[in-house]
Amino acid sequence: MSDIFTVENIKRISGTDVRKCMKCGKCSGRCPAFDDMDIKPHQFVTMLGQGRVEELLSSKAIFNCLSCMACVERCPRGVAPANVIEAVRDTVERMQGGDAIKAEDIPAIVDELIPQQLLMSAFRKYKK
Amino acid sequence: MQRIGVFICHCGSNIAATVDVERVTEALAKEPGVVYAVNYQYMCSENGQQLIKNAIAEHRLTGIVVCSCSPRMHEATFRKTAEAAGLNAYMVEIANIREQCSWIHKDIEEATEKAIVLARTAVAKILLDKPLTAGETGVTKRALVIGGGIAGIQAALDIADAGYEVDIVEKRPTIGGRMAQLDKTFPTLDCSACILTPKMVDCAQSDKINIFSYSEVEEVKGFVGNFDVKIRKKARHVDETKCTGCGVCMASCPSKKGLNEFNMNLNNRPAIYIPFAQAIPNVAIIDPEQCLKLKSDKCGLCQRKCGVGAIDYKQEDSFVERKYGAIVVATGFRPIKLDNFNEFGYADNKDVVTSLELERLMNAAGPTKGTLLRPSDGKHPKVITFIQCVGSRDVSGCGKPYCSKICCMYTAKHAMLIREKYPDTEVHVFYIDIRTPGKNYDEFYRRAVEQYGVDYIKGMVGKVYNENGKLMVQGSDLLDNKQIVIPSDLVVLATAIEPDPSVRDIATKLTISIDTNDFLTEAHAKLRPVESPTAGVFLAGVCQGPKDVPETVSQASACASKVIGLLAKDKLKGNPCVSHVDENMCTGCSQCEQVCPYGAITYIDKEFRIGGGKTETRRVASVNPAVCQGCGACTVTCPSGAMDLYGFSSAQILKEVEAICKR
Repeated sequence: MSDIFTVENIKRISGTDVRKCMKCGKCSGRCPAFDDMDIKPHQFVTMLGQGRVEELLSSKAIFNCLSCMACVERCPRGVAPANVIEAVRDTVERMQGGDAIKAEDIPAIVDELIPQQLLMSAFRKYKK
Repeated sequence: MQRIGVFICHCGSNIAATVDVERVTEALAKEPGVVYAVNYQYMCSENGQQLIKNAIAEHRLTGIVVCSCSPRMHEATFRKTAEAAGLNAYMVEIANIREQCSWIHKDIEEATEKAIVLARTAVAKILLDKPLTAGETGVTKRALVIGGGIAGIQAALDIADAGYEVDIVEKRPTIGGRMAQLDKTFPTLDCSACILTPKMVDCAQSDKINIFSYSEVEEVKGFVGNFDVKIRKKARHVDETKCTGCGVCMASCPSKKGLNEFNMNLNNRPAIYIPFAQAIPNVAIIDPEQCLKLKSDKCGLCQRKCGVGAIDYKQEDSFVERKYGAIVVATGFRPIKLDNFNEFGYADNKDVVTSLELERLMNAAGPTKGTLLRPSDGKHPKVITFIQCVGSRDVSGCGKPYCSKICCMYTAKHAMLIREKYPDTEVHVFYIDIRTPGKNYDEFYRRAVEQYGVDYIKGMVGKVYNENGKLMVQGSDLLDNKQIVIPSDLVVLATAIEPDPSVRDIATKLTISIDTNDFLTEAHAKLRPVESPTAGVFLAGVCQGPKDVPETVSQASACASKVIGLLAKDKLKGNPCVSHVDENMCTGCSQCEQVCPYGAITYIDKEFRIGGGKTETRRVASVNPAVCQGCGACTVTCPSGAMDLYGFSSAQILKEVEAICKR
């Protein structure tokens, strides 16, 4: 997988336009997992814009993100940083292969208020 | 038989670099009706115009086609040139071969082809042109100013200064607007009331200015120079001519629960009140929602106490109808509602306030008599955190996409004033960008940092929450790449501003346009910034876009000069390219009357001879050419083809289409 392909692919998966970011930092101001993250939510947006995927793909933060979506909810520019983080995580998982939890385990824990994206990220994150 | 001259402009290299002007000239010289074609470097120059004048005389031209820039630029120039050479000014057509051709094409072949077609189209049109004469109408030498804030006040004073009558219509009980609510003004930190109230008094004392306070524009008819406006004077239940503003009624009123709008609802006022000490007019008003007499017919104390018998519980709305030559719209702004921003805890915490509320909390005439105290417990706040860009630059749909422009400066002002007055207070400011262009503005902001030690933090706040009575402000410090939490006593939100909602109604009544943010649209963003697209209607202040006091005053004065220029004329030349009706084809269906945005069409009963010495009376449309703006809505609506425009007839437009299609 070439770098260019990865940058464009992560942008595509995230479904968000990182150029819209005005670098206000509200995402990182809101983030409950901020202190645990080696790369901060606002940096994900900036670094993806700069094409620094190697650093993003090797970050630990992608597994610290709680997918609480607070940054998506509060972003004044509609950038959705959590979607960027999710897209990086998704890319890492796809490169490794395999899902973290089984589909048949989902119905027992799901309720209708859970965002679909959180459900999807659960597939990959909670492998115990 | 028409004799047409075609004049092709190079516009330096603007046109000639992309369009082969020689080839256009050759092609046009062969067009039927064209007796002369020439190209020249700058047709709008003195020499270019002389060339046109000479050609008109020499070749006995009956009409000219100028292939140049947009008619918005030089149509008026060439009309004057033609007129000076003895032609009718409306025997001129412009083919726009710059904006619509050379500027948008790269290929010379393509652009030249297109320029020839555009020129032929203009020739096709001019062959059916007829000389037109513009009508004249009188001008009512009086202006109407809608809104009595600093914009309206300044415009009114300047117009009055030139000797014309001005009426100010203000929907609130006093003029003064938002500026009256401000404590200090940047960048000089002078007291807002001290510089505003003299202007308010000037308005009241001027024999040229008439203030309709607590009044609204009900209906607008007419057109530039001749507007007929109906004004609703809302019932204030106090006779303005008798009330002396002594205040005895306020002291006697037993109802004290009305929210004080002037103090941003931070304290209460009686049901009968004068908004503030320097109100103009200094006349009381009764709030019908709070008055016991009006609500339940009990009480009546104020009427008994009033020494001059000014209280009139039975007063009703009344109407005034006046004529005006020009109208200034200065409807101002308000801070946005913060319902979409619960992350800042505004609704749940009394000590989270907007900047305008802080102005009142710091003002000597405010609820705390000028001592900065927290609304919740009346204590001195020791740590104050400001959050900028609340609701501004927000494209998520929660706020406003634009920069509100004034917040960076007033936040620096607040921070500075607090540090000056209460040096033991810690002041933090969360900012995204600092925008302080303007004379002495950036220096002002730097003073807050360097001289007053205000802590500016680059980053936005994520949330504000209450923890044991402290307001915890959690946000980003982007320069340090840290998330920080500041326990604060008072949080101030630099709230975005939006046009006062009354502007929508006013825009509809005046047939002027508003943009997607409800700001009024100017006739040209750069070259006609204080004129609305509707002739005779002008714009001043924040209703046109966010601006601070100095800018508002400049714009209001610019507005006034436009109004004075209009009122100074005895007659206005109309636009002769107006609609007219073929009465023989009109079926009296009324559709044109309904679509006309200017109210220019009425229906009349008219007698027609039908042969054999008999007559019949039919209902037919009648156009008032002074009101018609030539938009053409009626011509496309008319089912029988009875409506047509002078200068833009349906036949001419079809000829143009034919010329474009013909290869």
